[in-house]
Amino acid sequence: MNRLAWFLIFALAAPGVLASGGEGGLMLSAHNDVGNISSLQRGARNFVNYCLGCHSAKFVRYNRVARDLGITESDLAENLMWTAEKPHETMQVAMPAADSTRWFGRVPPDMSLIARSRGVDWLYTYLKSFYVDEGATFGSNNIVLPGLTMPNVLWQLEGTKEAIVEETVDHDGNKHDTIVGFRALTAGTMSEEEFDHFVTDLVNFLDYMGEPMQLKRQSLGIRVIAYLLVFFLLALALKKEFWKDVH
Amino acid sequence: MAQVGVIDRLSQSLKSIGYWVDVRFPIGKMWREHMAEYYAPKNFNFWYYFGSLALVVLVLQIVTGIFLTMNYKPSAADAFASVEYIMRDVPWGWLIRYMHAVGASFFFITVYLHMFRGLMYGSYRRPRELVWILGMFIYLALMAEAFMGYLLPWGQMSYWGAQVIVSLFGAIPVIGDGLSEWIRGDYYISDITLNRFFSFHVIAVPLILLALVVMHILALHEVGSLNPDGVEIKKKKGPDGIPLDGIPFHPYYTVKDIVGVAVFAMAFCAIVFFAPEFFGMFLEHANFEPADPLKTPDHIAPVWYFTPFYAILRAIPNKLGGVVLMGMAIVMLFLLPWLDRSPVRSIRYKGLIFKIALTIFAISFVMLGYLGLQPATPTFVMFARVCTFLYFGFFIFMPFYSRWDKTKPVPDRVTFHHE
Amino acid sequence: MSVTSDDLDHGRRHFLTLATSLAGGVGVVATAIPFLSSFRPSARARALGAPVEVDISKLEPGALIKVEWRGQPVYVLSRTEEALATLATLEATVRDPLSEQAQQPGYAQNQHRSMRPEIFVMIGVCTHLGCAPAFRPDVAPVDLGPDWLGGFFCPCHGSKFDLAGRVYDGMPAQLNLTVPPHRFLNDSTLLIGDEGLG
Repeated sequence: MNRLAWFLIFALAAPGVLASGGEGGLMLSAHNDVGNISSLQRGARNFVNYCLGCHSAKFVRYNRVARDLGITESDLAENLMWTAEKPHETMQVAMPAADSTRWFGRVPPDMSLIARSRGVDWLYTYLKSFYVDEGATFGSNNIVLPGLTMPNVLWQLEGTKEAIVEETVDHDGNKHDTIVGFRALTAGTMSEEEFDHFVTDLVNFLDYMGEPMQLKRQSLGIRVIAYLLVFFLLALALKKEFWKDVH
Repeated sequence: MAQVGVIDRLSQSLKSIGYWVDVRFPIGKMWREHMAEYYAPKNFNFWYYFGSLALVVLVLQIVTGIFLTMNYKPSAADAFASVEYIMRDVPWGWLIRYMHAVGASFFFITVYLHMFRGLMYGSYRRPRELVWILGMFIYLALMAEAFMGYLLPWGQMSYWGAQVIVSLFGAIPVIGDGLSEWIRGDYYISDITLNRFFSFHVIAVPLILLALVVMHILALHEVGSLNPDGVEIKKKKGPDGIPLDGIPFHPYYTVKDIVGVAVFAMAFCAIVFFAPEFFGMFLEHANFEPADPLKTPDHIAPVWYFTPFYAILRAIPNKLGGVVLMGMAIVMLFLLPWLDRSPVRSIRYKGLIFKIALTIFAISFVMLGYLGLQPATPTFVMFARVCTFLYFGFFIFMPFYSRWDKTKPVPDRVTFHHE
Repeated sequence: MSVTSDDLDHGRRHFLTLATSLAGGVGVVATAIPFLSSFRPSARARALGAPVEVDISKLEPGALIKVEWRGQPVYVLSRTEEALATLATLEATVRDPLSEQAQQPGYAQNQHRSMRPEIFVMIGVCTHLGCAPAFRPDVAPVDLGPDWLGGFFCPCHGSKFDLAGRVYDGMPAQLNLTVPPHRFLNDSTLLIGDEGLG
């Protein structure tokens, strides 16, 4: 009996205890808002200008983006549709797969669902975590994805920075070189705040692309649940009426 | 006056059509036997909603599944893209897909609660052993259905989940490796495997599932429903031969179950419309990456409804032992009707030992589910071993503690308080 | 049985049954809408069914080219002066000489059933049962008789159409061949299937 009770308490308390000792990865928060259409429009422009050269979004149609983001067909053709001829086409890259494999060792991943597989906070942190590393393939490395094969394409906007490395000691007494922060080397064309907004808009657009119907489903959901509430009250009244018979 | 004549004549002709059919097909008889003159105990409580809810989810899964099949392509080259095609290009495809994906999890939620109801009130006890066993077969078929369905989106989790589960068969001595290969039809999880899993998922297993559900209900209606008091209502009948504590299923339980369906639909829609991934529990993040046979994700875990058994598997440091124990975890449930030796059925009249045993069992099951989602660190594995022991202890020691337990006297009639 | 319904409020019970059934019916119908809507052409089908451009700069007078649009053959025919002249002579022979039936966009509802008189665009699907009519520009061939001035002949059930796709009277087909929506982007480019422009 006593032992059983002890197990009971133990089993109840365990998940909390274990959770507190979980991984302590440093992840910034994207704070993006897929309801912000102008942010999405800027993000779409950023994506097309800086990412679409190498990364496709093969499940996303240009005309769907235009419709959802309130972009006119002519704006779409002039500002976004660089890799396609027709607005109903999907976002493909012009670069042949053989070339990208030769240059980067692999075909750059498709971005249609990246926000759903990686999460927006990861993307936001990743895009802000490039630093100069002479030993790396493209002269830069990233603390979120060490040893990556993607060059820092945003360096002109952000400027360059180097990692501040400190020696830390872990629980077991082992010493590690840990990156504790960044030090700016050269200034970019954007201020730090402007660059943050740039990345937020871009991540916001990636979030939208991952699930273009996410705004629609929420507004529809409110109406569906409102209907169900009415139906529930009617059904409950009906049940109570019939169950008056049962003694 | 002419209007009344029309309505009269209309109802007259409807009646004669009904009579015409009734002579040729026992529709009226079936309605009476299973609805209007099926007498269910009047004291069903909250836990008795989940049977009808499971039936509702079954219908939901079949309907949404039919519509998904219209646009899904069961080939390794097209499967992932066809799911995104459904999500983006097919009008309302996203809603149908989310309903099906969330529906799978809700199926298990309702079935687990339905089974727990059985554990609490002794629904498996004589003469309802077959009702319980058929229900267990439904649960097995459901697991097969869910497992094979999960491969179809052809994401990383689909792929590696199937890889792990099919490899389990490899643990069987002598025939194991040949058996895994036979199941896959290839040397790895390939297009061929996907195609046959698709066939099983959309037609073979659903047919079995439907047949089992019909048998489950027929068996139940043959012996009659039990109730939270565990009292046999057929023992006390009125002069009309109808149980004193029985009420016709229709209209009393149909109107009651509709209320349950409304509440259930609200919970279901809240998730479908506001959190369809349910924080990576119903749709896992890694499954938004196409299957890649050359790259295993850092951390693979089955969907939550399998994780209790997955945790048991990992708790054992031996491949065959883990697989056997995982299988035994299911077999134990089948044996339940013969393990429970208590003189009473319902938890209401069972003693403290059973109440504590059931609580520990439920907690260890939930804990195993949680542990199955976590990485297999030494601490977690240690916890999983404790929970595995508790899980099996519930069954293995049941013949003893259920007899020693101090029970309360069972009333003659059910307890019923009018609301 | 512990059911008694002596002091029953029939009105209330009927009302609630009706109201709940109605509300449930509304829910079922509303749920059916997305399912039935999913049968509509998808974004991909619409993308594939988008208008097609046809280069007509190399289309010789009297020649016909076939292009595919939405899975259907579209015929583009360049008619000569003589061919156009036959149209007026056949007005008594064809069933709907003035194209009063809505088998063409408004801009093609004229004597020659086209925007530019010489360029005729039609869907090569017989209005009888959907076979592809053959282009028969030869005058008075053996199989079609001495009165044949050139046109389209459906091999399946023998419907005859003139060079503007107008069906002859007394044929299995009852309607003129369909003219799809189209427009000229420039002198040498035709866009078939663009419904945006009238």
